Amino acid sequence: MAIGVKVMKRPEREVSYVRATLRGMALTFKKMFEPPVTMEYPEQKSTERWTISPRWRGTHRMLTDEQGRAKCVACGLCPQICPANCIKLVPGEDEDGNRYPLIYEIDEFRCVFCGYCQEVCPEEAIHVGVHYENAEYSRDRFVYDLERLCAQTHPVSTLWDPTDPRGE
Amino acid sequence: MTPEFKGFLLVTVIKMIVVFTVVMVGVALLTLMERKVSAWMQIRLGPNRVGFWGLLQPAADGVKNIIKEETLPARANPVIFTLAPALAFVPALTLSAIIPWAAPLPLRFDFTLPGLGRFVHDGLAPMAVADVPVGFLFIIAISSLGVYGISLAGWSSNSKYALLGGLRASAQMISYEVAMGLALVPVLLLTGNVALGEIIRAQQQIAFGWFILPLFIAFYTFLVSGFAETNRLPFDLPEAESELITGYHTEYSAMKFSMFFIAEYANMVTVSAMVSVLFLGGWDIPFTHWDEQPGLLQTVATGGMMFLKTFFWLFFFMWIRWTLPRFRYDQLMALGWKVLMPIGLAYVMLVATALWALDALGVAGWTGRLAVLTGINLALGYVIFVVLDRGLVIRGARDRSAAVRARAGARQAA
Repeated sequence: MAIGVKVMKRPEREVSYVRATLRGMALTFKKMFEPPVTMEYPEQKSTERWTISPRWRGTHRMLTDEQGRAKCVACGLCPQICPANCIKLVPGEDEDGNRYPLIYEIDEFRCVFCGYCQEVCPEEAIHVGVHYENAEYSRDRFVYDLERLCAQTHPVSTLWDPTDPRGE
Repeated sequence: MTPEFKGFLLVTVIKMIVVFTVVMVGVALLTLMERKVSAWMQIRLGPNRVGFWGLLQPAADGVKNIIKEETLPARANPVIFTLAPALAFVPALTLSAIIPWAAPLPLRFDFTLPGLGRFVHDGLAPMAVADVPVGFLFIIAISSLGVYGISLAGWSSNSKYALLGGLRASAQMISYEVAMGLALVPVLLLTGNVALGEIIRAQQQIAFGWFILPLFIAFYTFLVSGFAETNRLPFDLPEAESELITGYHTEYSAMKFSMFFIAEYANMVTVSAMVSVLFLGGWDIPFTHWDEQPGLLQTVATGGMMFLKTFFWLFFFMWIRWTLPRFRYDQLMALGWKVLMPIGLAYVMLVATALWALDALGVAGWTGRLAVLTGINLALGYVIFVVLDRGLVIRGARDRSAAVRARAGARQAA
């Protein structure tokens, strides 16, 4: 016997053709009358069987304060921790000495959606979102600038909590 | 031309148009039905985007296939490559011409058209386009022509996958034609006629005189070889997408590709109609003799009955397709030659002997014959499908020779 050829021991004694076929046909016929398990996606976004997890890490969103300005203080932690190096941050400072981002861009193509930016953010400004419909007509549109990040409205992820690993 | 011949021509042309249209539309809808049935069996929804409930899906597919690019593989044989889809398509549609779709319609007209002359028809118009006296012999002859389309398609494509698919198709269809022909002999023995109309009439004689029970084994072998003849799962080795991409139509695109599909579904319609005619009484409505008198109402009702029966077998084709996995190629050949053909031969002998014995014993009545044959078939069916169908694996030639060598080795060692 050639190396690596595994000879299956078949249960030949129980083999049957016609009766096994009839049993299979009974099964498929029964399945015809079961309600479909599929979801009609663009109309239906979630069903009882399938909902998106609150821990889902999707495209980013920047939270804003009451004046509609980004909460970001340009501390530089998120570009520091980002393993994919996809966050571009140029800090600025206004006359009161408050730091704010002059440029804040996230390249969603480079992003690995680890969620570290959300975890590290001291101001709870940058978040990964519970969101997955990201289609665009051009590649440039996948570099989200600050304005775009602030304009997102989808819910934000509740990241994994080590003290509550099952999310209960 | 006599007025009678003109009337006959007129009726035939009308029947041709109607049958052709119904079959083509039916084939289009069958592709939708196949996808719907498969979806339901897999607990899905199936196509439902185009039109209400997906009903316009076949039209969308057709339009797409018409406007797609026609491709011709490099160094393919362009003449045969173009001809092959037609060769597959024409026999498949030709077969629908001789199926009696309903009870004969009493038709009487006598009118004159300006420039065309007088048209006369008086009598029963058979509801088959051509009520040929050679009956199912015609079907066996024409259906074996379908293999040319498939094997030429495989050969002319200049592609190894297509070639293998074509080779498999030709071997498979030729092999199963034997079993199919043998399955038809008992019908001939019992009725003494090959004309489909006569076979239906023989099944109408008593309330439930369908041949499915008296000739159950023949019915079964006919059904199995019908699956193999139409290249449907579990015998769709010519396509075998897991190993041959799509087999013989790998290199085809656009409308040529869909011609093969139309041919496949048209063949399914024919085999379903054949099973209904030969073993399920054709257009006969069971437990009543009302449908045997000629009349318009009877023709419509029997047509509906025929539709129901054919539809059931079409559904059965799909049911099997989404239940069973594909046979291995050597198993397929072994099943055809080593199981179905011996069973068919032995069965022909058995039926012939039984009929001769019944004649000799003086049980000449039709009911008596059918009852005795039903008894024999039920016993035989029990033996074949319950007693024998256990622990037997259909083996190909290689397995067998390995087993023989092992036995010889054991003998030498002893």
